[in-house]
Parts: sequence; structure tokens; C-alpha cells
Amino acid sequence: MDNKRVVITGLGVCAPNATNIPDFVHALKNGISGITHQSDLEALGFSCQIAGKPPLTEDRIAQYFSPLELKNLNSTGIIYGVIAALDAWENAGLKLSDINEPDWDSGTIFGTGTSGIDKFRWAINKIDDMEIRKLGSSVVVQTMASGVSAFIAGKIGLGNQVSTNSSACATGVESILLAYDRIKSGRAKRMLAGSTSDSGPYIWGGFDAMKVCNYKHNAEPEKGSRPMSATASGFVPGSGAGALVLESLESALLRNAPIYAEVLGGDLNSGGQRGLGTMTAPNPVAVQRCIKKAIDNAGIRADEIEVINGHLTATTKDALEIENWKAALNTSKDKFPYINSLKGLVGHCISAAGSIETVASVLQLSEGFIFPNVNCEDLNPAIADLIDESRIPQQLINKQFNYLAKASFGFGDVNACIILKKYNYE
Amino acid sequence: MSKEEIIAELKNIITPYSEETIALQSIDDDTDFLKDLKINSANLVDIVLDVEDRFNIEIDNDSMAKMLTVKATVDIIESKRQENAG
Repeated sequence: MDNKRVVITGLGVCAPNATNIPDFVHALKNGISGITHQSDLEALGFSCQIAGKPPLTEDRIAQYFSPLELKNLNSTGIIYGVIAALDAWENAGLKLSDINEPDWDSGTIFGTGTSGIDKFRWAINKIDDMEIRKLGSSVVVQTMASGVSAFIAGKIGLGNQVSTNSSACATGVESILLAYDRIKSGRAKRMLAGSTSDSGPYIWGGFDAMKVCNYKHNAEPEKGSRPMSATASGFVPGSGAGALVLESLESALLRNAPIYAEVLGGDLNSGGQRGLGTMTAPNPVAVQRCIKKAIDNAGIRADEIEVINGHLTATTKDALEIENWKAALNTSKDKFPYINSLKGLVGHCISAAGSIETVASVLQLSEGFIFPNVNCEDLNPAIADLIDESRIPQQLINKQFNYLAKASFGFGDVNACIILKKYNYE
Repeated sequence: MSKEEIIAELKNIITPYSEETIALQSIDDDTDFLKDLKINSANLVDIVLDVEDRFNIEIDNDSMAKMLTVKATVDIIESKRQENAG
């Protein structure tokens, strides 16, 4: 069996605090928040009335969709996903194919939690109003889970595997690892990996009702998402999409593509909702095992990891996550790697979290910086007991480094961890 | 509304669904939506909905199935408008 090296050659992002890569780098380095007050959530009586939503103009959207597609388009997730994916493709120096032959060597694994929830709501109302015949042809393609990968594939002309994965908040990292496996085993030359998540009350409502969102910062949105803080009191819902072009090293070198980083390996597992694991709580044994296996698969030592981009949602579970990293890496309070969480700036982008955060991770590696954590000036004492405060930068650190670990954990007790390495041209 | 006016309106409705600009310009009775205008067959139901809105008529499933050419569509629009008038 083939055992190809896999690199990242293109990035795209549609995040609450930036909708292109240069702006995203600027936002990361300067701690620019994308969390804003949402009048619709307030009007609907949500406890948490702040959220992260990518700012997009109609002109921008019109660059990615035909007038006919725009006519009945009512799926924010598909809009975010297509924008991030096509930007990543172009960023990798690749073109949209205008020839009739599919690109058999390229595919996509683009994940989501749900698709077109606003479209679904519209269709359900029509059906209940005895107007089924008014649905037209656009409901299925926007509400099928794989709508986002189908739209992307059609625009580029992808002829390899085209699929959508779904594993709650682990979806984004899972998509990248599934794409990685496909290239590593020689079944595709390049894969567009990523994930997306819809915006709005109908996607966020369920979380609000579970009382897992922060309702204490409605008056100061930018302070609301507080990973690792003593006053972390629930996550702030987010949305958007992240996209990465993964490619075999030989293919990237052959076409002189820019190389951002190498994917060394990773792992996907589940705690089986056994032990301390439940539908909504992680089994720590599984989390630690996932991180350890990821490092083993990457062929490096745990003490080589220099930076961690955590899941760290800003709930009471943040300290448990740090404890799991510390145990998995078998490290001490002082030797713990630097760790940061993007969620302070964009909130928890649900199924898009892992891909947007991996884009941020790759940018840190390739450009040599560690973005500051925001809103944890009052560090959670349970975390300060576990690791030295210096490990949780609150100011930008400019530093070249080689190894980064990124993990995402999701409902259903599922885990995903990926190990990235800076690519040093030989 | 004359037949020519109906065809002109129909052309406006169909334009976003077709990329065949030349065939669109020379649209006439014999124009076939799928063969000449290369319209995605999934979009035929959307065209029917647009026609219903524009001409304020309701098109039944059997009529819908026949709406594959300009001539058949205009015939159906005219007959439904007459039904409404009557």
C-alpha cells in the first residue's frame, strides 16, 4: 500500500472575525473579536443573545454563486462552505475546471452538522400550509447534509470522492483526517477538506435551551467568550467555515505549490459513552488515548509538541481538557506546551470549529507566531494549578516552531486530534 | 395578452435558467427547453412556479408534464387564463 506524505497547500476561511486569510491572520495576531450582539436572538427571548457570524456582503456572495443559484439560496452553511472552499482552492494555485472531464485525482470531504436549516424551516412551513407544490427544486440540494460538498464539487469539477462527514464539534478535524487518509493511501492526489456550520436561531436554539451558552455578557459581546477564564460560564455560539487543500507532497512539489505545513498524522476515536463519558461529556480515557495515538501515528515524541490549539469552549470543562492534555503528553506544569483557544475570538463554531481552528493552527506554524488568548485575564485557578501561566499566552508571541497538536471533541463522546509540522523546504 | 406578449414574458422567466444566450434570443414556438435551451430538467418545476406567479394561474401535474416547449407552454398558459376568465 502507498504511504504518501501529505501537505497543506491552500487555506480558506469564512470566520466571524474575518472572511479571508490576510484579515484572519491580522485578527488572530491582534485579538480581534467576531462576537456581536444578535437582535434576532434577543427578540426571540434567547438567554444568550450574542454570537459569531461571518460578515459577508451580497457582492461577495455573488462572486461565488450564479444568479440562478442565488435566487432561492437560503443556507448560510453552504454559502460559508463554498466561499472558504473556493478561496482555499485558489489559494493553492488551482483553477476551477472548465473542461468537461472531471478532475479524477481531486475530491472533497466537507463536513457539517445540519444543512440549510433556514431552508428547511421555510419548506416545513410551506408543507404545513398545504403548499407542497411551491417548494420547487432547491429544497433537497440545500437541506441534504451533503449539500455543501455537492455545491463545492460542482463548482470545481471534482471527480474523486465527494462526501460530507458529521461528528458534531469534531467534524472539522475529522474531515481533515479523512482527507489525509485518502491521499496517504494513494487514492487521491488532493482533497479539499473542511467543514461548515449554519448561523441563526434555529441552529443555536437547542444549545441555548441546554443552558450551555453564556448568558452573562449580552451587554459586552466581545467579553462573552472566555476560554480558560475563572468566569467562563458557557460557550458563545458561532458559525462559518474553514477549508484546507491537502495534497500529496509529490504532487505539491511537482506543480511548485506553496506548502503551509505537513500533516504528520492523527487519530479519531470515541469514549463509547462509557466510564465518565456520556452523550454530552467526554470520557477522559478516550480523550487521552486519542491524543497519544495521534502523536504515535505522527511518529514523533510527546515532548516535541510545542504548541497546542485546544478545543477549550469556555465551559467548566476547560480545566478537564487541560488535565487530559497534561496526562496524555505526560508532561509537567512548567514543560507544558503553549496552548491557545480560538473560541475567545469567534465563539464555538460547532461543526465548523475544527476546520476554522485548524486553519488558524496552520497559519501559526507557517508564519511563526502564537496568537494571544483573550478574555482569560482572570485565569481559572484550577487551570493555573495544572500548568504554568506562561503556557497560556495573553500577548502575541512571534516564534518559529515545528510541531503543533490540534484537537476537537464533540457530542456523542467523539474525539479528533491532528499533528501538524512546519514544512521546511529542502 | 397576445401570444407575442406571453412569449416575451416567458422569455424573461426562462432566461436565468439557461446559458444558451443565442438560442434564447431566437426563441420561438418550436424552442425546446431541454434540447435547445439546455435547461437542467430539475429546474422545470421552478419555471412552472414562476409562470404560475407571473400569469396568476395554477398548473396541474398533467399540464406541467407537457410544458417542454414554448408552444406547449403558451397553449397551457392561454387555456388556464381562459379558464380563469370564464
